[in-house]
Amino acid sequence: MTTATTAAAIRLQESPLSPDTATRRHRQPAGEPWFTTLRAGQTVRIVDLEGNQAVDVIFYAAGDNTEHYSATDTLLRQGGIYLTTGSVLVSNLGRAMLTLVADTCGRHDTLGGACAAESNTVRYALQKKFMHNCRDNYLLALQNADVGLGKRDLVPNINFFMNVPVTADGQLTFADGISAPGKYVELRAEIDVHMLVSNCPQLNNPCNAYHPTPVEFVIW
Amino acid sequence: MEHPTHTLDNPPADQPVDAPALWRRFAPDLPAERVVWSEIVPGGGHWSWRLSRGTALRFAALDARANVSLVLYAAHNPLERYNMPDSLKAQHTAHYRAGHVLMSDMGRALASFTLDTLGWHDPLGALLDTPTMEAKYGVHRYQEHRNGMYRSGRDGLLIETGKHGLTVRDQIAPVNLFSRVVVDGEGRFVFDAERPVQGAQVELRMDLDVVVAISTAPHPLDPRPGYAPGKVGVAAWTCGPAPADDPCRRFRPETARALHNSDVFALS
Repeated sequence: MTTATTAAAIRLQESPLSPDTATRRHRQPAGEPWFTTLRAGQTVRIVDLEGNQAVDVIFYAAGDNTEHYSATDTLLRQGGIYLTTGSVLVSNLGRAMLTLVADTCGRHDTLGGACAAESNTVRYALQKKFMHNCRDNYLLALQNADVGLGKRDLVPNINFFMNVPVTADGQLTFADGISAPGKYVELRAEIDVHMLVSNCPQLNNPCNAYHPTPVEFVIW
Repeated sequence: MEHPTHTLDNPPADQPVDAPALWRRFAPDLPAERVVWSEIVPGGGHWSWRLSRGTALRFAALDARANVSLVLYAAHNPLERYNMPDSLKAQHTAHYRAGHVLMSDMGRALASFTLDTLGWHDPLGALLDTPTMEAKYGVHRYQEHRNGMYRSGRDGLLIETGKHGLTVRDQIAPVNLFSRVVVDGEGRFVFDAERPVQGAQVELRMDLDVVVAISTAPHPLDPRPGYAPGKVGVAAWTCGPAPADDPCRRFRPETARALHNSDVFALS
């Protein structure tokens, strides 16, 4: 039996940064995608404005389409499944991409992935195929960005503010959210990264009380 | 690990094809008339196959420290591939056992667990990469150790997926057959090194035409000292597509729908 030591359930940490000094503020409506770029050293705060809104995010190394956030490398490196203050997001090439430097929510999901037309047919019902979903969002944002990224690059993402515990007997559960209005997570880019966001439109899952809400991105 | 001095025998000239029925040693219950081939993959090895819908792969752990890191891509279009989050959340599980289905990102079953004597296979633990392997076990290069060299799971799968035109960009989370990793109350991984694995059998039925690649390198969380991954028997046989009363189809509504989506796709 072995465990690594950097994984932990919850490490709350407030940020010393003030939104007044931010260089960019972006309000992201419910259900919509966003593609942006962060330079090394920049910090982005994601604010759960109304609470329990899943924000599905994938990071890519800017200028190198072979390098992306890797859920499994990140989990392996930190020895466990949750993200919180101090967690380092690791790429498929083993590089540190971003560090969680503040977190007032305390837990973010790495396993649940992003909803899709196709997976909704499996999870809910065949006719759910035509509902709005995250992976359609992702594809539209990547098509419009036209930086050489596409479907093959839609790797398992992070669900900020989602709570997806694994039980001791190996079950994956969707627990009630532990987020609340105004909770945030803050990440410092260690390298230049593209950030691909879908503010999840999921209407089949009770985790957001069937009510997707806007979020805010604050960048320093 | 195979012995560093191990050499493979060549077949005699009057038997130009050396295809022994190895499956009779590790999976004698398979229907003889439907077995296509079999082989024994040494620990630390890697291989890949293109398999048709309705073919099954039987894996047998021949040593205590067997681990098979396995990835799946749809043969018709490798942009469709095994998706770990989709498979886990649709089945509300963080491990695989008989009845579970490995789903693609397109909502289709790629393969199903039709037989499993262990009850727990790991989808979370990822691959042993070369820096981790060398830090853990030391460096064993071909120059000094010949076929006793150490090979990481990541490099093994890069080689195999590369044979099918895929790159590091296409690497996906593997399924680690024969390995059990539990998650504790704080979300930390705990590898079960005590579980008796030798002799275990797992069977995956292919529900679409697929490319399967495997590495038999150690699981990255395996705490046991020394690079000593176990041998694995592999046999392919023709089982046919999932019948109407298939246990995987009846396992959960979600597995039924994933198999339905594969059936519909296979019509075209």
